Amino acid sequence: MTDLTQLTLEAALEGMAAGDFTSGEITEAHIRACERGRDLNAFITATFEQALEQAKASDARRASVKESGGEAGKLEGAPLGVKDLFCTEGIKTTAASRILGNFTPPYESTVTANMKAEGMIMLGKLNMDEFAMGSSSETSAYGSVVNPWKKHNRLVPGGSSGGSAAAVAADMCLGATATDTGGSIRQPAGFTGTVGIKPTYGRCSRWGIIAFASSLDQAGAIAKTVKDSAILLDSMAGYDPKDSTSLNVDNGNWVDACETSVKGLRIGIPKEYTVDAMPTEIQSLWDQGIEWMKDAGVGIVPVSLPHTKYALPAYYIIAPAEASSNLARYDGMRYGARVEGENLIDTYERTRAYGFGAEVQRRIMIGTYVLSAGYYDAYYLHAQKVRTRISEDFRNAWEVCDALLTPTCPGAPFEIGRQLNDPVTMYLNDIFTVTASLAGLPGISVPAGLDQDGLPLGLQIIGRALDEDTVFACAGALEQAADFTAKPEKWWL
Amino acid sequence: MRDPITMDTVRKIARLSHLYEGDGSAPGHGRLDDLASELNSIMGWIEQLNEVDVESVAPMTSTVDMDAPLRRDDITDGGRRDVVLANAPKAEGGFYVVPRSVK
Amino acid sequence: MFTAERVADAKDLIRSDTGDWEVVIGMEVHAQVVSQSKLFSGAATGFGAEPNSQVSLIDAGMPGMLPVVNEVCVEQAVRTGLGLNARINPVSRFDRKHYFYVDLPQGYQISQYEHPIVGEGEISIEPEGGQVIVVGIERLHLEQDAGKSIHDLSPDETYVDLNRSGVALMEIVSKPDLRSPGEASAYMEKLRAILRALGTCDGDMEKGNLRADVNVSVRRPGGELGTRCEIKNVNSMRFIRQAVNHEARRQISIIEAGGIVGQETRLFDANRGETRSMRSKEEAHDYRYFPDPDLLPLKLEQSFVDKIRAGLPELPDARKARFIRDYGIRAYDADVLTVDRGVGDYFEVLAKGRDAKIAANWMIGDLFGALNRAGLDFSDSPVSAGALGALLDRIADNTISGKIAKTVFDKMFRSGGTADEIIGREGLKQVTDTAAIEKLVDDAIAAHPQQAQNVKNNPKILGFFVGQVMKASQGKANPQAVNRVLRDRLEL
Ligand SMILES: [Mg+2]
Ligand SMILES: [Zn+2]
Repeated sequence: MTDLTQLTLEAALEGMAAGDFTSGEITEAHIRACERGRDLNAFITATFEQALEQAKASDARRASVKESGGEAGKLEGAPLGVKDLFCTEGIKTTAASRILGNFTPPYESTVTANMKAEGMIMLGKLNMDEFAMGSSSETSAYGSVVNPWKKHNRLVPGGSSGGSAAAVAADMCLGATATDTGGSIRQPAGFTGTVGIKPTYGRCSRWGIIAFASSLDQAGAIAKTVKDSAILLDSMAGYDPKDSTSLNVDNGNWVDACETSVKGLRIGIPKEYTVDAMPTEIQSLWDQGIEWMKDAGVGIVPVSLPHTKYALPAYYIIAPAEASSNLARYDGMRYGARVEGENLIDTYERTRAYGFGAEVQRRIMIGTYVLSAGYYDAYYLHAQKVRTRISEDFRNAWEVCDALLTPTCPGAPFEIGRQLNDPVTMYLNDIFTVTASLAGLPGISVPAGLDQDGLPLGLQIIGRALDEDTVFACAGALEQAADFTAKPEKWWL
Repeated sequence: MRDPITMDTVRKIARLSHLYEGDGSAPGHGRLDDLASELNSIMGWIEQLNEVDVESVAPMTSTVDMDAPLRRDDITDGGRRDVVLANAPKAEGGFYVVPRSVK
Repeated sequence: MFTAERVADAKDLIRSDTGDWEVVIGMEVHAQVVSQSKLFSGAATGFGAEPNSQVSLIDAGMPGMLPVVNEVCVEQAVRTGLGLNARINPVSRFDRKHYFYVDLPQGYQISQYEHPIVGEGEISIEPEGGQVIVVGIERLHLEQDAGKSIHDLSPDETYVDLNRSGVALMEIVSKPDLRSPGEASAYMEKLRAILRALGTCDGDMEKGNLRADVNVSVRRPGGELGTRCEIKNVNSMRFIRQAVNHEARRQISIIEAGGIVGQETRLFDANRGETRSMRSKEEAHDYRYFPDPDLLPLKLEQSFVDKIRAGLPELPDARKARFIRDYGIRAYDADVLTVDRGVGDYFEVLAKGRDAKIAANWMIGDLFGALNRAGLDFSDSPVSAGALGALLDRIADNTISGKIAKTVFDKMFRSGGTADEIIGREGLKQVTDTAAIEKLVDDAIAAHPQQAQNVKNNPKILGFFVGQVMKASQGKANPQAVNRVLRDRLEL
């Protein structure tokens, strides 16, 4: 039998539907891959036993559905990973932070509940940057995630959804959930040769996802192919009255959209995305991407998004401000770790100093500072106005084009530890992804080539709000043209 | 442009966020004075935002152009104290038990 | 912003060796909204439940939990705003107010800071013996209540109950338009009457469903405003007066001793009748308000507001005016009968088709007195308006005298039963039979010949004979008939 972990999600679902193999078999194969890939540190909590039980139940469900002539769930029997930011009922959920201790949610996030209803088999909870704050998956209290792609030394898989990206790239799961606040789905996808889709803000319910920055957080998927990412997103997204910012709109025909012709579409190339110190390889990959899209019948339009360079600094006011507020609830009183002190204040301080890592503390401090009396107008309010400007830039662009093509990251994956003590350099990893986050737009990263060291590089498509159909169509065309088939050497086996 | 962040400010912010212990250290995370210089370099980088003309620009608080949805006034939750208290570091008699909050 | 220029009534100035002082008061009142479920969660709001049994995961601040606004709480805020003659803001917003406390699970309170749901309004008050004063309302906003901390279950720990966490409150902020302890409590009384009439808050101060933060400063009459101190959570009318009184005198004595009043938050100690410091402005919180990104702007359609306006009940002021006009009762009585919607409704049932003044007297004198002595709330009255009305009817149709009626009412109040049952059972029916009365009169005259002789010179003696006859009839003789027969027999 072929190695079931080499299949795409699409092929796996087809294989199970055709009776070529069972969910039990493909789940077992992935569990073995997870066990052999321990070195990558992609998982915080493995739930293999539950996964096997779920697979058994799934096989029974598939059989009975077949008998009654019904339709199997969109993810029926597929072994997947879940970022440890999604609360999962009865399964420890950590946000990769010490502060949550052994917190075991008595509830299931809407997104994972939707996926379970569609037949997902959950292999475990994936590692990430603590509270999704980071671009390298090194800030986890559970240790750095390792990129399956390797040079001489170990590399970061990007972040914050680094565990999701690494697990998919290493064939440890058929796909994974992820979340994006400033680039946390697309950037790690770019760093690992996987596809990462962040939908329009409001497509996926935030209910039950541990909050980082509420006005930016959005769930999405990391997958092996564009179509797999569409299948995953289709099972995750949908209106949820429990989230006041959830959009009451239907999903598009995303799976079909991946194969829709892009002929006649206009693709914008933002001139501001050419930045200093960007490796020439990334510029030439981008140029190559433009040629591929032209060949697919697309019209290329130069556009200007003049406020692009201000997106990252604005983000580093808005996101920490919201984070400082969202993380105020971790005080050791009702759940999570508590470090007893001499009095209440001392207990608060010891608990939070122990529980939060350096990057999280840094951001809480920045957030508290920019919201504090005397600084609110100069920093927070000003940044929100800049955010309006950034959003206007996109609106102007949509007058002349239907989607944008940009690089995903300004560089290739770097060595573990190299940027950890240089916050601003680390923050610059999200320079091309953060704009779409601020404007709430859908974006996808597609693997498009390798650099001279054989490391993956991605290209990004950004679309209009709620126009994931066009995003998937462009991503499908890009994927077909790039024909990216490289895989990391499985050095960890 | 703006005044650098002083140690006093850092201390005030740390106190507001209940992050650091009384002696200014956070075990495993360095000391407050290190943080002050980090914050200054980050805020220095952020200063470039002042170049943006935001005259008569409305602040953007959400990307969702919607009004707050309203829910019906029905009792749909509660009545599961065990679940609410299940993760508590300490609970007794149906209460959360926490360090004394008054002297 | 201080706008009201009004100087206190001369009687309300505080006299001192250094001259007169005037106290300036503004109130921030927290009123618990009447709703089934909480402002942002589906947990119940009822009072007195087992600890933590009315708590949703949202109220407990669990990770990833999100708020959704309760439409009835919004309606109630709008209804209250209309009752305060206030501007309803078509767009308002929820903000987060940050501070750490054991009964604040999220580490912030969701409130409305920059853009409240209700803007400026006004209500008029009539403090005892004073003139009508218009008090400005600055704003009304919606916010969450916190949980409850219990400190007496353990010597070194605090027990936390989150049942109240997330219950909707309306914070109603007045302008600094009040000038005496009496005005402050009259304002609170009036506000409570309006909230109750609207059905938006039950006004129960004992349960903490209505509580006042009182801002007090002193100045020379009409002079520059002084520094204000905020006295937190004052929970009775009497305490409001005591707290203002004590705080004004405390501030005056500081200034007169050459000191400076520091802006601070103070607590009212009901046992000692004084205020004491809670925390000074220096250590005050920096609340870091910002718009809650989990919630979108609250927009109100004009039709939504219009519908609430069309359904507004009659408010105390309007009802009072109508009672005076339509029932011809005294202003004071009308005031008393309109503080509470239930009281007013009772009166209207009682007064219908009867003498309204007599009805008012019976309610205010007899019914309120009896309730007071029994320690009962009006809503728990054992005598319904219908039952009391039937009693008044027996006075009107001369079945019993007003005096006997008091006895009947007493029995009705204590052990139930209708007036007719009690009159029948106890044989209290008034004697109107002329022959029987003539006999009693004749007997009385026969027993007191001397007095009968003197009655022409001293008409007061008639009263003596009335008393004798009534006594002989055990109070049941019809007093008018007794009078008539006596005059006839005594040839007056
Ligand atoms: Mg207040
Ligand atoms: Zn308040």
